[in-house]
Amino acid sequence: MTGTLLRATQVIRRFGEFTAVDDVSMHVRPGEVVGLLGANGAGKTTLIRMLLGLIAVTSGRVDLLGGPPDRERRRRLGYVPQGLGLYGDLTVRENLSFSARAYGTAEPALPPGLTGQAGVLVRELSLGAQRQVAFLAALAHSPDVLVLDEPTSGVDALARAALWDTIRAQAERGAGVLVTTHYMQEAQQCDRLLLMSDGRLVAEGSEADIIGSTTAVAVRTGDWARAFAALAAAGAPVMLAGRAIRVANADPAELAGVLEAAGIEASLQPVPATIEERMLMLARQARAS
Amino acid sequence: MTYAVRSATARFGHTLALDDVTVEVPGGSVVAVVGGDGAGKSTLLRALAGEVSLDAGTVEAPPRQRLGYLPASSGSWAALTVTQNIDFVAGIYGLAGDELAARRAELLHRAALTPAAGRLAAQLSGGMRRKLGFIMAIVHRPALLILDEPTTGIDPVSRIDLWRLVSEAAASGAAVLMSTTYLDEAERAGHLVVLDRGRVLVQGSYDQVRAGFAGVVTQADRPVRPGWAWRRGRILHEYWPGAGASEPPAGATAVEPDLEDIIIALSLARRDTVWS
Repeated sequence: MTGTLLRATQVIRRFGEFTAVDDVSMHVRPGEVVGLLGANGAGKTTLIRMLLGLIAVTSGRVDLLGGPPDRERRRRLGYVPQGLGLYGDLTVRENLSFSARAYGTAEPALPPGLTGQAGVLVRELSLGAQRQVAFLAALAHSPDVLVLDEPTSGVDALARAALWDTIRAQAERGAGVLVTTHYMQEAQQCDRLLLMSDGRLVAEGSEADIIGSTTAVAVRTGDWARAFAALAAAGAPVMLAGRAIRVANADPAELAGVLEAAGIEASLQPVPATIEERMLMLARQARAS
Repeated sequence: MTYAVRSATARFGHTLALDDVTVEVPGGSVVAVVGGDGAGKSTLLRALAGEVSLDAGTVEAPPRQRLGYLPASSGSWAALTVTQNIDFVAGIYGLAGDELAARRAELLHRAALTPAAGRLAAQLSGGMRRKLGFIMAIVHRPALLILDEPTTGIDPVSRIDLWRLVSEAAASGAAVLMSTTYLDEAERAGHLVVLDRGRVLVQGSYDQVRAGFAGVVTQADRPVRPGWAWRRGRILHEYWPGAGASEPPAGATAVEPDLEDIIIALSLARRDTVWS
């Protein structure tokens, strides 16, 4: 062991003329939870499929547990896909037996929330309960590496907190966890973040590292509807935030000019940008080029 | 104009999907309904859209032709192009000719879908399909716009596009009721409604919800009462509703609760009341 569970080194993947992943290097160490962020088409799924050994790299190198992601190493991997990968027409117990057999491990016991549900068809469970079953199936063999694609999409805050408890417990026993998420508050649950855009890794580190030099301005006014319309018409990347309006990477003086020309009184204040605003700016750059 | 669902109760078999729920949606504002799977969000939206009949309560909504509804399942025709989908729905509302062409071009531009106008709906990404659904719900300039999880599972950039479209609809006077599982979106709405198992856990502006929150949230590596604690990154937060045994111990570190903390704390308190 080199201290790294999962590593991509200068990985490139092309589909015909299209480069889906372009020179990406990244790693996941034992005990850490790494968040992978990016818009659709940024290359997250392709990168994960290479890390899991499901598709080959065009060039570069992928190491899972110190070597190529072959069948033997993949036994020590746990994966929860976005679609959960369960059989809806089988019961909870049958799904868990199937995955336990596939990994050659003992069937996991049902947690308190799922006892009494062993004989229920998975498709008849709530989404939150289905996610719990998918986690149980993926964790029964105590994997060294855990890959989770949108692990908490669609569940309530309490269920999300419970799933994060499970994820943290895995990291605390030494597993390395790679999580993709579209939920920016969830990104804050991670130890380290990676941001992909257009196939490339564009930022890495803490939330502050991801936001980088992106700035934002909060516009407060008694007439948000007209202010919003005026700023949107001027092409500014506007967003609503409660009764305030936020504009990413804007020059306050320029915004003040637009509002004054429209006869709207407003106060403008520079505020810290969000991860979403950084992603919005990246997308606008990509659309423009 | 304010639309509303008042004292609404809806049962499906033995399940109480809505339990005495009142929500108002004023024109020119965005009301966000949050809650997980099974909280009653879709039932509330469908009740206002006239798609569910209530066991008790009243609904104040505009006539059908002034209402726009985006159901949770996409709501576009896979084998039609983006343009054909929009024109078909617009035709139902009597929109045609130059007026339709201008409206279609404007909406496609605002949704950044102009380059995809000739593409089959089946070939759109999830985010693009949701934006198409939004255009179809709003093409006839409805007074009340009801959007069932318009942003669930789609990427953050499409989410921002959709939020901009929703904001523009409200800015032009529409009353907007939308459901979401993302709490950061709820914070952004003028008024938020938190549903939990068919009941309103709390509602108001984000500031009102914060101001009305009673009790203390503390942070620690190890919780004093595990049943009242939840995880935030490497540390745990714990809720102390107040009074007697549920006061935080001396020396505990209190934190300023965000919406996520508030909703989890109120959900735990409700579970405690229901189960004990």
